Amino acid sequence: MSRSLLVDLAFYILSAGAVVSAWLVFRTDSMVRAAYWLLVSFVAVGGVLVLLSAEFLGLVLVLMMAGEMTIMAVFMVMFMMNPAGLNPMTMVHQHRAAVGAGLVAFAGLAGVGLVADFPDRAAPSDAPATAELGTELLGDSMLVFETAGVTLLATMIGAIAIASRRGRYGDADAGSLPPELEAPAPKARA
Amino acid sequence: MTLEGLLVVAAALFGVGVYGALSQQTFVMIMMGLELMINGAILAAVALWAMSAGGTPKGQLLAVVAMTVMAVEAAVGFALIVGVYRVRKADMTEKLKRLRG
Repeated sequence: MSRSLLVDLAFYILSAGAVVSAWLVFRTDSMVRAAYWLLVSFVAVGGVLVLLSAEFLGLVLVLMMAGEMTIMAVFMVMFMMNPAGLNPMTMVHQHRAAVGAGLVAFAGLAGVGLVADFPDRAAPSDAPATAELGTELLGDSMLVFETAGVTLLATMIGAIAIASRRGRYGDADAGSLPPELEAPAPKARA
Repeated sequence: MTLEGLLVVAAALFGVGVYGALSQQTFVMIMMGLELMINGAILAAVALWAMSAGGTPKGQLLAVVAMTVMAVEAAVGFALIVGVYRVRKADMTEKLKRLRG
């Protein structure tokens, strides 16, 4: 079997797996299983990225998603009712409109992909793409890299500020609860 | 493995993500839909880089930016879920009739 045939076979298997597991995310009863189906979808897409000789991005995607889906599964168990999927459930609203919107999005984007005339300059398969990407990230495109880093730092600070129970000026939910009708009893002095 | 095939797969992932984000009621499932959409976008960006842009390393930066967006979305989304749950004891969109405070 030639190499390109193997690549084609792997591409078909991985892309079918990515789409089918993405669909199963919204079909399964168990939310924890949904998180892991989403991880399967991301791993398959990471495999396709490796086939496209973007090994670095593919592995980063898989690593990131492995951590994130674990956190997501923990969130499911903590917050959601019925996380184990013991009862069948469909928790959807506006189902028909959502299916329609998904189909329209798919048809429109796939139509653009099939009809549009993209330049046909495939990357040479023997180029050291990862080394070139590293040089680019720490060279000409360092501003992009640094901006992404600072954005992530700001996100971490913002997420902690949103999620923390007590801020510098009192409880985080102060002002968002309805006021008591009677004044609370005075606290005993410690 | 053609560019058209890759773009169709990316469009399918995006479409499934649109369906999930619009139809699900649970906050975490909505976030899964959003992540599927970004997944499709990453696949399309890398496919165009590898098959159409001649493999200049700048082409992969779009995928790096999309991954950053995905991480930001996940972190802020989880923080908002925690905050909403703490104040309203809500884990579904239907329980949030008011957006106020």
